[in-house]
Amino acid sequence: MRGLLLAFLALIAVPLAAQDTMPPAPYAYTQLDDPALEAQAVELMETLRCLKCQSQSIHDSDAPMAGDMRHQVRTRLLAGESPEQIRSWLIQRYGDYVSYQPEVSSTTWPLFAIPLLLLLVVAAILLRRLGKRRAEDDAETGVDA
Amino acid sequence: MNRALYIIPLALFLFFAGLAGYMLTQNKIQNVPSQMIEQPLPEFTLAPALEGMPGVSKSDFVGGKPRLLNIWASWCLPCIAEAPHLERLKEEGVEIIGVAVRDRPEAVQDFLARYGNPYTRIGSDDISSLMLEVGASGVPETYVIDAQGNIRYQHIGDVREETVDLLLEKLEEAQ
Repeated sequence: MRGLLLAFLALIAVPLAAQDTMPPAPYAYTQLDDPALEAQAVELMETLRCLKCQSQSIHDSDAPMAGDMRHQVRTRLLAGESPEQIRSWLIQRYGDYVSYQPEVSSTTWPLFAIPLLLLLVVAAILLRRLGKRRAEDDAETGVDA
Repeated sequence: MNRALYIIPLALFLFFAGLAGYMLTQNKIQNVPSQMIEQPLPEFTLAPALEGMPGVSKSDFVGGKPRLLNIWASWCLPCIAEAPHLERLKEEGVEIIGVAVRDRPEAVQDFLARYGNPYTRIGSDDISSLMLEVGASGVPETYVIDAQGNIRYQHIGDVREETVDLLLEKLEEAQ
């Protein structure tokens, strides 16, 4: 009987949730009262990388650190900072890595320049080919037709 | 047009496929280095993390010798591993200022009783505010702060035997 009871207790045992018993930061899970400001907060939080769980945004993550970052975003918006000011505050500390919003910088400019360059090349080739064909057509039918 | 030119897109594709395959075999870099090195420590004030020890503010880093700022927590396992090495740094005469992240006074007290107290003061950072200010992304992290209050070096992860000498060297450089 005692063995059975112990076995039953072992079944319902919950691993001690000792890791994170602290309450989250005030604005980690609390929305701002002003819906417009909260919308700005969400938009910004979706483009900031969670540093503990690096493939999620802080909007998606339940990591305590992501909660603390959301708290910073919301309190700073409340204090009148603009979303871009908050983003650059974080980039100043963690580098471009913390932001999911692509920035043109000394290392990323080729990503923006190469597609434009390719489009130009394609346009040039296309123009040349079409131009050539028209010239051929003109030669066949006679220009004065 | 020259036939050989048609090879170029295929070659490019194979190059990128090869690069992607190679990168998959490499270890992912988990550390996010702080961009605050050689920058002044931002202003901050943290309440004491336990009774009987002072809290921490920026002014505690200004004047005298370079110091270590150790960001840790009683719930962090690597922090147990680094405790003896912090003790050694203390024995070498280094002032270590601690910041306990998301921690309770009783838990801090218990940790110090078990693993030693190398700190002169311990601040309590419940919402990672100091971590975010200095560009830290986890615990433990250890920073060398010079006597003018500038961040000079960041060590990510626990302090190990070989890190002790490195930190002593960096503290010397920060003189």
